[in-house]
Amino acid sequence: MTAHPVTSTPTPMANRGRSGLALGRLARRPETGSFLGMAAVFLFFAIFGGSGFLSAAGTASWLSIASEIGIIALPIGLLMIAGELDISVGAVIPAASLTAVIVSGYYGLPDWLGITAALGLGLAIGLINGVFVTRTTIPSLIITIGTMFGTMGLTLGLTVMIAGSTGVSLVPDDLTKTLLGQHLGGMFQVTILWWLVYIAALLWLLHISPVGNWIYALGGDKESARNAGIPTKRLTIGLFMLSGFSAAFVGVSQLMVYQSAQVLAGQSFIFNSIMCVVIGGVLLTGGFGSVVGIVFGTITFSIVNQGIYFTSIDPNMGSVIIGALLLIAVLTNDTFRQLALSYSSKKA
Amino acid sequence: MSEKPAILELKNVNKSFGPIDVLHNISLQIRRGEVLCLLGDNGAGKSTLIKVLAGVHKPTSGEILMDGKTVSFDRPSAAQERGIATVHQFGGTFPLMSIGRSFFVGLEPTKGWGPFKIYDRKRANEIAVKAVRDFGITRIDDGDRLVGGLSGGERQSLAIARAVHFGARVLILDEPTAALGVKQAGHVLRIVNEAKRRGLAVVFITHQVMHAMAVGDHFAVLIRGAIAADFRKREKTREEITDLMAGGETMADLEAEIEHELHA
Repeated sequence: MTAHPVTSTPTPMANRGRSGLALGRLARRPETGSFLGMAAVFLFFAIFGGSGFLSAAGTASWLSIASEIGIIALPIGLLMIAGELDISVGAVIPAASLTAVIVSGYYGLPDWLGITAALGLGLAIGLINGVFVTRTTIPSLIITIGTMFGTMGLTLGLTVMIAGSTGVSLVPDDLTKTLLGQHLGGMFQVTILWWLVYIAALLWLLHISPVGNWIYALGGDKESARNAGIPTKRLTIGLFMLSGFSAAFVGVSQLMVYQSAQVLAGQSFIFNSIMCVVIGGVLLTGGFGSVVGIVFGTITFSIVNQGIYFTSIDPNMGSVIIGALLLIAVLTNDTFRQLALSYSSKKA
Repeated sequence: MSEKPAILELKNVNKSFGPIDVLHNISLQIRRGEVLCLLGDNGAGKSTLIKVLAGVHKPTSGEILMDGKTVSFDRPSAAQERGIATVHQFGGTFPLMSIGRSFFVGLEPTKGWGPFKIYDRKRANEIAVKAVRDFGITRIDDGDRLVGGLSGGERQSLAIARAVHFGARVLILDEPTAALGVKQAGHVLRIVNEAKRRGLAVVFITHQVMHAMAVGDHFAVLIRGAIAADFRKREKTREEITDLMAGGETMADLEAEIEHELHA
């Protein structure tokens, strides 16, 4: 279609609902439910976790967890808003760690080379996922389960073949350690700062740049989005590459923090990141959600995950709380979405 | 009567899918400022015909002319670029997006430059709300409202206003009133009239004769993929049209048959 230049003058009517019901406007934001959830779990653990939970060390423990999951949950959330899933992150994290440790630890090449190789691997797996998803009609859930197993087997097999075991260690150089592996103030993992960078970048991408509109449209109705002229295939591939890259980034930063590849740690990220996203108010079938919501969901998850150790409750009960939280989150988010749909600025 | 030149014209268009012939020798003219009602029962080939017009299917044989020149649409976007817009039964909009965002989807207004272009939410909302209000839907006053919260008629109106805003010359409305109540359908019909008044050529697909008669200037009845009747306003009565759509059997005969079965 040809867009003719937009020259209309602003209408006063367009702004009429703005000052009106602040509560109503709040209720239709996707993150309202997740904010309430976050506030509730924070209060719960502040009361039952006592000063330990509220101390700097307590805060550092859940923030560090949140930053690692958060860096993956954000691109996964964008993919889910676009109507896709990515399970392969569970394999990309250890694959990236192993790649970097082989290149820089086993072969002793400079750290930046290992990091570049690891991030490149993440991008490549994202590209493969994206191409398969856009070229076939197979759901992304199945495709990324496939690439997850493929990546897992290949990286473990190759690592053992090259290095004899997966227990290769790496002592990062000073610059790498400062950027990716240090603990600020002795306890705050530097990954937290990277998470903040991610939050800012994806806030811009989803809510400020026009590309964000395309992501919502893609998840809302793929057919209509394509008809509206959105490059749906390129966008989908791009989002998969972003999640592959982010998983690889977490893999690299874990390597630099713990100085050895964490082979088994990746799997827990699959469900954990999806849970953070869903608790954060993203609709599982796509088209609805927000970056701020995903951040709230990630914080909620991490507070429960770590806060439980500061209480007298059996840590196993943490999983029960997270499970219950997930169900409550989906129910309340549905309610808030209905509110958002029925919301009108008309005052009865 | 002197007729306005046709914007879009079909000449002896045939369409078959493998061995199945769906459209036979369709010839139609779609004129500026006129509403062409395409009537037909389920399975008569209405959907295939609009898909040919919208560039989804290419005709097996025959010609499509636009402003008198032969055209060929390889993709739906090719038809869109020529100003042919299709609005589907449910408005083709995104229920969980705001009015402003869904209005501009794919053509977002931006401010700033280069990679720092940002989506201009305020301007998008203002233009979208104004465009819909200009079509007489005054209940819409907040571009941040979600599309899913609008009524069916309002969603149709939004989609039509969007098509017109982006320069559509031919508007194809696929059963826009099928899922609507009486009052909502009335809204949509008024918008169809407004589009006509603005000089658009409208193709209105329906199987509700009443709705067709309320806005139509020109009628074509499709039966089993062929045009069974082609006539202008006031040349036929409602009963005649209904009978035509039922495939020659008169509605009265059908009623008698049903009556007979009920008493048997």
